[in-house]
Amino acid sequence: MTLHEGAATGRRLDRMLTINGWLVFAFLYLPILVVIGFSFSGANNVGTWGGFSLRWYERMLGNGPLIHALQNTLWIALFSTIVATVFGTAAALSLDRYRRWVSKGTFDAVLYMPVIIPDVTMAVMLLLWFTQIGLPLGRGTIILAHIAFNISFVAIVVRARLANMDPAMEEAAADLYASRWATFRRVTLPLIMPGVLGGGLLALTLSLDDVVITSFVQGPGSTTLPVHVFGLIRRSVTPEINAVSTLMVTASMILVFASLAIQRRE
Amino acid sequence: MTMLDQRPDSQQEAANPELERRAERRESWRGFFHAVPAYAYLIAFFVLPLIIVFVFSFASRGRTGRPILDNWNLDAWTKLTEPLVSTIVGRSLFVAALNTVLCLIIGYAFAYWIATRPKQSTRTLLLILVLIPFWSNFLVRTYAWRILLDSDGYITQIGEFTGLWGRMLFTLPAVFLGLLYGFLPFMVLPLYAAIERIDWSLVEAGRDLYASGTRAFLKITLPLSRPGIIAGSILVFIPSLGAYVTPDILGGAKTTLLGNFIVTQFGAARNWPFGSALSGAILIVMVLTTILYFRSGARTL
Repeated sequence: MTLHEGAATGRRLDRMLTINGWLVFAFLYLPILVVIGFSFSGANNVGTWGGFSLRWYERMLGNGPLIHALQNTLWIALFSTIVATVFGTAAALSLDRYRRWVSKGTFDAVLYMPVIIPDVTMAVMLLLWFTQIGLPLGRGTIILAHIAFNISFVAIVVRARLANMDPAMEEAAADLYASRWATFRRVTLPLIMPGVLGGGLLALTLSLDDVVITSFVQGPGSTTLPVHVFGLIRRSVTPEINAVSTLMVTASMILVFASLAIQRRE
Repeated sequence: MTMLDQRPDSQQEAANPELERRAERRESWRGFFHAVPAYAYLIAFFVLPLIIVFVFSFASRGRTGRPILDNWNLDAWTKLTEPLVSTIVGRSLFVAALNTVLCLIIGYAFAYWIATRPKQSTRTLLLILVLIPFWSNFLVRTYAWRILLDSDGYITQIGEFTGLWGRMLFTLPAVFLGLLYGFLPFMVLPLYAAIERIDWSLVEAGRDLYASGTRAFLKITLPLSRPGIIAGSILVFIPSLGAYVTPDILGGAKTTLLGNFIVTQFGAARNWPFGSALSGAILIVMVLTTILYFRSGARTL
């Protein structure tokens, strides 16, 4: 028996599951690989192969508005990630380390809503709110919006880490007369650091990728890379988009591996 | 003494109910204070915006489409019952529900397969392979299908050659494909987490008591993976209900979904109160689902 003892899956069923598994992986990966492949094609048409070429990458680097959008994206992602990571970590601590407090249940439920809410709905909400309170739309409102959805993601990741943490460590520190702050700095924070960094990287990724919310709350000159690319795709599909897409997928992959490396470092 | 009053579980305090109560209250405040930055932020930039959506949905429409906070009325909400609108709402509900079911069936078999690999290292590797598309840009992943389904792309050629399918781009099947592709990882991850946690000795015990494989699965494995099924379904159903990017890139005029329709109200149609009412309808579904989810005894997504 090659399976877990007791998993109770027959040989034939297991073989079918394996085939299904690899088919799903093919389904998940082939489209991305096709885009990456075609980004190196010299043809003028997006879906045909025209020999190896880097011309679309050259054109991408010479595209002023695109580079400007990329710079915007990076600044926005950086700011929103830092704030969301601090707020989200504190929120996770409050939920996991304190058994009961006033309106804890409400906060818990509110904290989960930004995760499941459709982008369009969140975008509408924030656009109405920003125009109502008279905030001019621009980089500032994009950062405010990104923090709003990222706090929840950071909190979930950190909370998962806290749940797996042995409270005996903190109790030991307290027994040795460490102050609350010293316990946090020397014991809790180092132990949850992989979770904090992992949550931060997820926040960074989500901020770098957001299209819908950003497109609603942006102002003149504050466009981000994904919103710019979305506009390009809607107008007409060109091989240059393949090159930009490859760049974005590469960035995401670097972030996943960074996150995995951090989580592994126990 | 300084240390003692910081520790509610110390014995001296436990002996005195008054001190104990005071210590508990202090703990309660500390928990609240930790949450304050996130709490205040979410009230300012999530809860209040959520409320304003409902307020604006009762406002009247100004000349530029922006709401005028006067002459409160139910126009935007009654518009939801118009045939054109209810067609779009019905279509969106159908698309979101079918996408959830498809993701659940494919995702369950897939997550079960990963979770039952005997070696921990294999499971970790396969899970990493799921995480990569999960973290990859949603827009790029949708755009990929635009190229694949292109009229002179290979998929169209194969379909036309075998006569099994024609041009899919800008039709409802293309939207389904894009949504399935986009949301499948959101279903797989919670399902995997739930299935991996199952104590297989329970299934074994069922088998020892002469339950068939199917019966053991239906009576033991499936109920034990319920938290994953619920979490995954919520994570797929609600975002699919408001999907905008996928139908916009892969769909056509006949496949307008709620997400596109809402965006139109804030753009070309210039009807912010109606757009607010449509968003409000999605929000009601979302809040109800969240409440049901927390009521079902689940702690985290």
